[in-house]
Amino acid sequence: MEKLLYLPTHEYIITDGVTGRIGISEYAARQLGNVVYVDMPEVDDEIVAGEEFGAIESVKAASDLFAPVSGTVVGVNEALLDNPRLISENPLKQWIVEIELSDASELDSLLTPEAYTELCANEKH
Amino acid sequence: MNRTLYNKLIFEYSREGRVGAALPAAKDGARVLSDAIPGHLMRDSDPGLPRVDEPTVVRHYTNMSTNNFGVDSGFYPLGSCTMKYNPKINEALASSPSVAALHPAQPVCTVQGALRLYRTLEKALAEIGGMAEFTLNPYAGAQGELTGLMVIRAYHAERGDAARTRVIVPDSAHGTNPASAAVAGLEVVEVRSRADGRVDVDDLRAKLDDTIAAVMLTNPNTAGMFESEIPAIAEAVHAAGALLYYDGANLNPMLGVARPGDMGFDVMHINLHKTFSTPHGGGGPGAGPVGVRAGLEKYLPNPRVTESADGTLSVTTDSDDALGRISLWLGNYTVLRRALAYILTMGAEGLSEVGPLATLAANYVMASLSDVYELPIPGPCKHEFVFDGLKDKSSGVTTLNVAKRLLDYGFHAPTIYFPLLFHESLMIEPTETESRDTLDAFISVMRKIASEAASEPEMLKQAPHHTPMAHPDETEAAMHPRLTYSELKD
Amino acid sequence: MLERCGAKSVDDLYADVPKHLQLKHPYALPQAMTEPELRDYFAKLDADNIPLRCFAGGGVYHHFTPAAVDSILSRSEFLTAYTPYQPEISQGTLQYIFEYQSMMCGLTGLDVSNASLYDGTTATAEAMMMCVASARRKNRVLISATVNPAVAQVCGTYARWHGIALDTIPERDGVTDRDSLRDMLGAGDVAGVILPQPNYYGIVEDLTGVADEVHAAKALLVLNCVASTLGVLRSPGSWGADIAVGDAQSLGMPMNYGGPYLGYMCCTRALMRKMPGRIVGATTDAKGQRVFVLTLQAREQHIRRDKATSNICSNQGIMALHVASYLSLIGPDGLRRINETGCSRAHRLASLLEAGKRLSPVYPHRPYLNEVLLKVGDGLTARTIIDSLAQNGILAGIEVAPDRLLVACTEMQSEADIERYVELVNALPIHE
Repeated sequence: MEKLLYLPTHEYIITDGVTGRIGISEYAARQLGNVVYVDMPEVDDEIVAGEEFGAIESVKAASDLFAPVSGTVVGVNEALLDNPRLISENPLKQWIVEIELSDASELDSLLTPEAYTELCANEKH
Repeated sequence: MNRTLYNKLIFEYSREGRVGAALPAAKDGARVLSDAIPGHLMRDSDPGLPRVDEPTVVRHYTNMSTNNFGVDSGFYPLGSCTMKYNPKINEALASSPSVAALHPAQPVCTVQGALRLYRTLEKALAEIGGMAEFTLNPYAGAQGELTGLMVIRAYHAERGDAARTRVIVPDSAHGTNPASAAVAGLEVVEVRSRADGRVDVDDLRAKLDDTIAAVMLTNPNTAGMFESEIPAIAEAVHAAGALLYYDGANLNPMLGVARPGDMGFDVMHINLHKTFSTPHGGGGPGAGPVGVRAGLEKYLPNPRVTESADGTLSVTTDSDDALGRISLWLGNYTVLRRALAYILTMGAEGLSEVGPLATLAANYVMASLSDVYELPIPGPCKHEFVFDGLKDKSSGVTTLNVAKRLLDYGFHAPTIYFPLLFHESLMIEPTETESRDTLDAFISVMRKIASEAASEPEMLKQAPHHTPMAHPDETEAAMHPRLTYSELKD
Repeated sequence: MLERCGAKSVDDLYADVPKHLQLKHPYALPQAMTEPELRDYFAKLDADNIPLRCFAGGGVYHHFTPAAVDSILSRSEFLTAYTPYQPEISQGTLQYIFEYQSMMCGLTGLDVSNASLYDGTTATAEAMMMCVASARRKNRVLISATVNPAVAQVCGTYARWHGIALDTIPERDGVTDRDSLRDMLGAGDVAGVILPQPNYYGIVEDLTGVADEVHAAKALLVLNCVASTLGVLRSPGSWGADIAVGDAQSLGMPMNYGGPYLGYMCCTRALMRKMPGRIVGATTDAKGQRVFVLTLQAREQHIRRDKATSNICSNQGIMALHVASYLSLIGPDGLRRINETGCSRAHRLASLLEAGKRLSPVYPHRPYLNEVLLKVGDGLTARTIIDSLAQNGILAGIEVAPDRLLVACTEMQSEADIERYVELVNALPIHE
């Protein structure tokens, strides 16, 4: 069964514990506005939990993307290269990279959807 | 003027056979070139340059210039940029045919005048900064910062203090500070600002340890506030073995008032294109001289101008103690000439009035508008201050709308959305060269915009209305970048 | 005004500056000068400079500047503007930068140009850092021994403090040693390779196959080119370079004792978002007009702070306008003619000197354009030639070694200047 988990830096992972799709939260997508570019790693690149693996840009802002867990990139969402705005429309469906997890126990330190929603509410105040 | 006739790109005037300049030519040039260089090393495609006659070129750029706004066009209260008037005598003395023809490799005995000018400006800046020595080589403020950080790294390296790889920068700092630190190979540690925009000295003390190479500050800071606790800050920084760096971006209000060296700063840079009235040129060239306190002189970059006992000047290019080399030669010489012209025009007493007058102008504008614009940090300010948008935000009119509406009234916009301390930052720096009439005109327009925000908010949100162009689609520009003429043709 | 501020005196506005820090005396600087006094002061300083008929190059060349360029650059709407943050009132600046970018891309044969950098030395250092930033986990860059030493030294300084391993590729017979380059690339840890064109000795290097070798090692190829020579030499893009950089001083910029000049940088589309500096793009405004804006700003320091591609905040604005207006006036045919004339004069000077048997090309079989490295014959040194010709109003060249003199010609020397140069050299006393 797939689980949805978050990092406090607004990345999510949808995973069955073996592979996972990583993207940015709806809250982060709203904050960024119109996305104009997504800088992604390449297939076979290694990403490391807590470290940046790419960046996302709007006209006048840019955010680094941090990896929720470690693993090997097995796919990137190529639709975003031609039309990065898709990510603003449906961030949960428009994931950025797909990875093979190298250590599923890293999932334990991530936030549940409830905990993440609470965090965003506190950020907004 | 006829805007439809002259709104083309220069390439769109190009016609086969046209030429805008006659050139001396060697008769056998084409043959010698083709004999000298094998064919496969030669260009195999057209470089795509236009063929245009001189009147067309001159009209093209003259008409383009009228779509531009400079300090000579009107009031330019762009916070943190010190857009003071650029006196015309500076331009007249910037160069001349004999100066233009000086090659940097000329024997030093043939450039004593140029070296004397360089040395004279170095000494004048050292006096104004309260520093022991200056280099004038850095090409811009950002490169000055980088050079200053390299000085600091060279100092720690010579002492064998290799662990100092981090630099403390306030969260309110200009983005260049952390970017320069990263280029210099240093890691950035942010120190918090307090509610009044000043550095949280307790937070600073907590972050000072033996991994800190330097602390970078602007004083007054980016909110226009003087860091009153600077003596305590300097003491703490030095006690921790680090050096204190002065970002000279906001030096203007300190002219005639206080010197960075006396405040305890070890290394500083000055933006000649801000404080010393050299023109910004639409982005450059500027100059970012770097000064150091006694004991750090030897780390300044090559080449260095040196003076012998008999007053003869020479240039040292190979000092091993120096941090290295950061420029082709001795910096932007014609910019240095302008700055020296300014200093000599002002004289010792004139320069001493610059800071107080700049500060008076800023406080006057601030006090005249703070009933209708939100003033998050109460004054007095120094040369600039920050509003956090309109006091009454109910109309939904933003800082961006106010800025764009100012363009309709013939003023340049203030700096917007910086510093990052407030959501609706609107940063105003009038400078000392504006008359009270100009300041009053600006104040009255700012008040008018505030009342328009209440009466016609939708009109404001569509501003500007009277500029040569309307709002540009920046998202399209970033998403599908078209960066050359050939991409427009496709 | 003070009353409005709620202050009795200006001193009140500085109450937060500790008293002991406040200046007690005026600066120890001269009294104010009036305009005539100032003109006199500068005239006296300038009288201590001796302009020389210039046969020196080494990256800085004496070229002709059309009067129309000076006239355009003096427009104060251009000169006294800041960075074009407000596009609605900055279309003049934005449009000339767009034209500049288009021209530099045409000359270099690459896709993207930035709005310019400080000079050729720092532009090359930026390219070096760009190579490392683009290559994940590699921080070694190679630079040819034939690159202009000032450029190599600036790269070395940036590399030292930024944490890049910058290694020199040896030269052989006046050009980059390709065998050494191949060996060095073999280590697999190279992020970028910096080569010159023409090189410091004036030689046009044959770069056939270089790009393939560099790319096979997953490194980027940077070519440092003298801008004026791009008018006739094979373009960096055509050689397969990823980045082209260099100084644009040779495009008719006054020498002005070292600056201001302009560093250009162009790259492939793939590297666009790794590029430092301002970039201008075309778009449309709300009325549907073609307009220009600063774009791709997410790379820059004001947004990315310590993660920016560079700390540069601006460009060489007015010098980019110089390039755009100069190239518009000169055109492609003029640029070719300038190269032909410099080439013809340099070859004539070299052959006349060779006939006099005191100076002769060090690498006679290597092709050169307008600059050539000469070997100084027995009984003379480069220094004595430079010093004694300087006394006769001629800058003979640059001393590369005690017996090596680097000489350049442009359209600015007449036949008579060349003959005089040769006469003076041939008349020098020989010390046995």
